[in-house]
Amino acid sequence: MLNYIKLIVLGLITLFALIAANYARDLAFLVNAVIVAAAAGGVFLWTLRHTDEPLVKRDLSGEYMDGVVRAGVIATAGWGVVGFLVGVVIAFQLAFPALNFEWAQGYLNFGRLRPLHTSAVIFAFGGNALIATSFYVVQRTSAARLWGGNLAWFVFWGYQLMIVLAATGYLLGATQSKEYAEPEWYVDWWLTIVWLAYLAVFMGTLVKRKEPHIYVANWFYLSFIITVAMLHVVNNLSIPVSFLGSKSVQVFSGVQDAMVQWWYGHNAVGFFLTAGFLGMMYYFVPKQAERPVFSYKLSIIHFWALIFLYIWAGPHHLHYTALPDWASTLGMVFSIVLWMPSWGGMINGLMTLSGAWDKLRTDPIIRMMVISIGFYGMSTFEGPMMSIRAVNSLSHYTDWTIGHVHSGALGWNGMITFGALYFLVPKLWNRERLYSLSLVSWHFWLATIGIILYAASMWVTGIMEGLMWREVDANGFLVNSFADTVAAKLPMYVVRGLGGVMFLSGAIIMCYNLWMTVKSSPAVKATNSAVPAE
Amino acid sequence: MAILDKHTVLEKNVTLLAIFAFLVVTVGGIVQIAPLFWLENTIEDVEGVRPYSPLELAGRDIYIREGCYVCHSQMIRPMRDEVERYGHYSLAAESKYDHPFQWGSKRTGPDLARVGGRYSDDWHVDHLRDPQSVVPESVMPKYGFLENRLIDGEYVGDLLKTHRMVGVPYTEEMIENARADFAVQVDPDGDWDGLVERYPGAQVRNFDGQAGISEADALIAYLQMLGTLVDFSTFTPDASR
Repeated sequence: MLNYIKLIVLGLITLFALIAANYARDLAFLVNAVIVAAAAGGVFLWTLRHTDEPLVKRDLSGEYMDGVVRAGVIATAGWGVVGFLVGVVIAFQLAFPALNFEWAQGYLNFGRLRPLHTSAVIFAFGGNALIATSFYVVQRTSAARLWGGNLAWFVFWGYQLMIVLAATGYLLGATQSKEYAEPEWYVDWWLTIVWLAYLAVFMGTLVKRKEPHIYVANWFYLSFIITVAMLHVVNNLSIPVSFLGSKSVQVFSGVQDAMVQWWYGHNAVGFFLTAGFLGMMYYFVPKQAERPVFSYKLSIIHFWALIFLYIWAGPHHLHYTALPDWASTLGMVFSIVLWMPSWGGMINGLMTLSGAWDKLRTDPIIRMMVISIGFYGMSTFEGPMMSIRAVNSLSHYTDWTIGHVHSGALGWNGMITFGALYFLVPKLWNRERLYSLSLVSWHFWLATIGIILYAASMWVTGIMEGLMWREVDANGFLVNSFADTVAAKLPMYVVRGLGGVMFLSGAIIMCYNLWMTVKSSPAVKATNSAVPAE
Repeated sequence: MAILDKHTVLEKNVTLLAIFAFLVVTVGGIVQIAPLFWLENTIEDVEGVRPYSPLELAGRDIYIREGCYVCHSQMIRPMRDEVERYGHYSLAAESKYDHPFQWGSKRTGPDLARVGGRYSDDWHVDHLRDPQSVVPESVMPKYGFLENRLIDGEYVGDLLKTHRMVGVPYTEEMIENARADFAVQVDPDGDWDGLVERYPGAQVRNFDGQAGISEADALIAYLQMLGTLVDFSTFTPDASR
């Protein structure tokens, strides 16, 4: 019976999507409607093929649901390489504008590829990493199978559909122009549905847990899911111009819209890229180090302090703008206070290695996790410093910000994810060990040196252009034209691009290593039965 | 510490933990965002700021579509070098009809808040076609294809209506005439009196110098009006800000 309802719904979606494609007002909407029709049609056929098949009922409640985690691991690695590759391309576009190819003028110019890069890395790579690891962690720490049956698969595939719609939309010119929230209205609506399903699966699993306490990693994952839902809905409030076109008009304007955008934007960093990834840290670092978390009390204090304070930090993106001073002052003060809970997390992660520091010599995965926490500490010090008005007056609008973001994204988010992937793949595919630890070492060094080249070149160019813009001569005239500052940045842009190439090469080596692990590492007996730790 | 022992309650109840976390993360946003809607001095009263004309609005959409905001800010900060380089610092009122705002966050290229009138239309055409031909150091991509894409403003009325729904004061008359206003702004020989009456200061020219209305026409019309609406010779800042 359920299958018949599914078939009717999927058939209707396919039909309406095709009608929408037929009457589409713009190319992006047309292509996106065809993609939706193809996706719904595909699932329709798949469901049809499986309707009235004899159902084999087997009690799965004693087994973890790992298929969706495996899919998430593959998606994370794949989207990661795509996102890093686009990043390398646009880095070189900034150094050599001829790479904005004539034949692809309307589609592959920097302005369209840059949102593709940020979204691919944050939402496709980071998002898949968060969904996959949270599904893995919540099952292990609750000793329960994921709640909701195939709802977890809906979350996975729904999220991939969102990514494909957003990415094709960017290339074809559908964007709201709100940074890190560029996808248009229908993608936003779809993501809201997928995200609520994600929340349901995650909370449902916690509800049926067999462990009395909710493990600290899950506090972070839960607050990340809830907060991102709130941020996403409020920042994307917009009215479509037509239900047959991609264009929509934001409800807020000017100064209010700027405030809402950076309340969202900074907490995409704070909750997507920090709270969620701290959840990862709290599970994978203790597991890999085989040591308990350093301090339970510290984790309570820094968790609540972190989620309370982060939300206030947005206005530091708007210093000296038309945003009222009171708001920007609040943003600055809270950003500086935020340094403390951020380092609380760093200390808790690093000190977990007490008594296991010798593993740094022998285990390149632990090395990756430790340097990731190191970069977290570095960028959460740099961030509060840059939020101070006097510093910000120099750093704002420059490449320093770009460098800061990347030491966080490549160093913290990238490295902890790589560590988690190296941990997960042998376990998920029932392999004895990774294919090659020396390839992990190669990955580690390539990525680390790549990040250092990236961050250092961006410090130099950012501070240089900030100083060049404000330089005046003895008579009070500006010394440099804007074009002078652009020309001066070329060498650093090349170095940055090379750093990106190294980071990308490391990720490709990782994919090869993980692939070979699945393919040729000796198999071991499956260990995915849900046994409480008591 | 005793209070930390009480945390067990939250740790054992998902619903409580979720509700508590949600309450904690709402506070900052409520305090920082909500007052901006009712504190009167958030947006100063300034003469001259008006809604975008249909062609300018279409040009703004092209600016958004091509991701210009990724490299160009539209927010001049009140610092000596910025005021010297770009002109008077930006006012909140100047972007009050911007849904969404275009302040930007990065200056790979210069600020554009007051680029209107700074260069000729011909310069803009050349610059879009081949930025390096007029600024050799530039790293901007080419946008020559905009000249070849003709637009007819078929849906510009709907666009204005949607902007009215979110609070931009477009009148019934403006919406009725939207398509005609869209076309006449590139036609100096046409009857553009109504357009200029409805949108004071609107510039009527064949912006790209070629027949037909192209996306380049719309984009240049938008660029040429940026920052031109407020007369700063008569402007006095509000002391309460």
